[in-house]
Amino acid sequence: MPAPLHAVEVVDLVKAYGPRRAVDGLSLIVPTGSVLALLGPNGAGKTTTVEICEGFRRPDSGTVRVFGLDPVADAGALRPRVGVMLQDGVGGYTGASALEMLRLFASYAANPQDPDTLLGIVGLTEGRDTAVKRLSGGQQQRLSLALALVARPELVFLDEPTAGMDPQSRRGTWDLIRSLRHDGVTVVLTTHFLDEAEQLADTVVVIDAGRVVAHGSPAELTRAGAEGQLRFRAVPALGIESLVAALPAGSQAREDEPGRYVITGDVTPQLLALLTAWCASQHVMAEDITVGRRTLEDVFLELTGRELRA
Amino acid sequence: MTAPSFAPAPAAAPRSRMLAAQVAMEFKLLLRNGEQVGLTLVIPLLLLFFFNLPLLYKLNTPRRIDFVVPSMIALAVMSAAFTGLAIGTGFERKYSVLKRLGATALPRSVLILGKTLSVLLLELVQLVLICGLGLALAWHPQVNPVPAVLLVVLGTVAFGGLGLLVAGTLRAEITLAAVNLIWLILLFAGGIAIPLDKYGRTANDILQYLPSAALSDGLHQVLQQSAGGWPIRDVVTLLVWAAVALPAAARWFRWE
Repeated sequence: MPAPLHAVEVVDLVKAYGPRRAVDGLSLIVPTGSVLALLGPNGAGKTTTVEICEGFRRPDSGTVRVFGLDPVADAGALRPRVGVMLQDGVGGYTGASALEMLRLFASYAANPQDPDTLLGIVGLTEGRDTAVKRLSGGQQQRLSLALALVARPELVFLDEPTAGMDPQSRRGTWDLIRSLRHDGVTVVLTTHFLDEAEQLADTVVVIDAGRVVAHGSPAELTRAGAEGQLRFRAVPALGIESLVAALPAGSQAREDEPGRYVITGDVTPQLLALLTAWCASQHVMAEDITVGRRTLEDVFLELTGRELRA
Repeated sequence: MTAPSFAPAPAAAPRSRMLAAQVAMEFKLLLRNGEQVGLTLVIPLLLLFFFNLPLLYKLNTPRRIDFVVPSMIALAVMSAAFTGLAIGTGFERKYSVLKRLGATALPRSVLILGKTLSVLLLELVQLVLICGLGLALAWHPQVNPVPAVLLVVLGTVAFGGLGLLVAGTLRAEITLAAVNLIWLILLFAGGIAIPLDKYGRTANDILQYLPSAALSDGLHQVLQQSAGGWPIRDVVTLLVWAAVALPAAARWFRWE
């Protein structure tokens, strides 16, 4: 049997809890060796999708294949190959120490990572002898990450990997995920942090209400439809008409939401100079001036009309 | 941070290694849990001492200790396989331990075998302590080893199935309350501490089919009476309980 091209393939996935469809016709592909981020607000269906891929839940309809296998029917073959980081805490023996938990999980694998070394990598050397239930939220997240990696999996599912971590641990976790990708591990992560998706993912799948609303590389998503755009922030309710009058013919200006302005047209150095001259005449400070580039936050806002609770 | 290679090398360990690690972890955690140690090790020993004193009721036996030791062995089995297992498993469900272990290479069969072996290991410790204290209190056993071991194993399976049925279907806090209450009721009204004939004939005819009564009565027959043959009725009773409880637990057990 030839090796399947994709680590994960989801087609028309539907999963309902009662009358509510948590996942509503979702499709995605995770190429082997890549990092895919499922980005969306709480309740968008990220965890349900990931847990179906992990074999914890069965789809109502649609198909899910992991390395070409069925996550439920072929669980025995898939479990050793897949590392899982659950949302919300470790989900382990609460009376065991961090090191004992990691050693236990290492004993399930034929070629495990060295538990002590791995605890050092996730920055948990100090908590190694602390009972799981006494670890802080961020420490539990880091142990959970180590547990997902100790068996040297080919594919890892990381559900909100940096939730509850301090900024330093977050950066460390990002470096770790980059190392995973470098070493050929396929990574599927969920996040509602835009910067996380932007920093780590080869592919970002933006989901809302159980559906894919956009997908592509971070660069594609933020560039698409943004050619000829100049964005800036300033005090709300500037006089748009006088701004348009000051700009070259054919340029448009609008206030997307209070204090956020978009100029569309031919973006040239002259346009930028005219904008700053106009701002100076209005005694207005323009901040965050960006040219031809949206943030993922803008993308999400445009697609759903709502803000991500970042 | 100097990361080692994360280059994939996935493969499950041999089942024997998983099993050994699993039993060691379960048993270590059990000994670390004060309530479990109290329930399964300390209380049976204290009750052995207490029931050996002729305080609550009289027994129609010349040597009280010869009655009390088999009772406490039955209690120990019930404490370990039913109450202790149910409470431990209930909280493991609550804290997603079972879900988390379900996402590793550990097969369910090894998880369940690990739990079984750790309960049997605990029972071995209980037996050593109870028999040791019994002998120190001048217990004179009439040991008929084969049926005695069979009764303990069958009692473990029947009570274990019931414990998993409760733990797998109810919330952890309700499991905790329920199995402690049942433990107390069966201790006194289930033929363990007090002979069932004290409750009258009708009650005896019904209550003798409780798993606690069957285990306790069977152990009294093979440990107390020199001419005690095979306690067929008790063995069959425990078999029936096991045959009902285990499939029911397998059918209704919810992992999360």
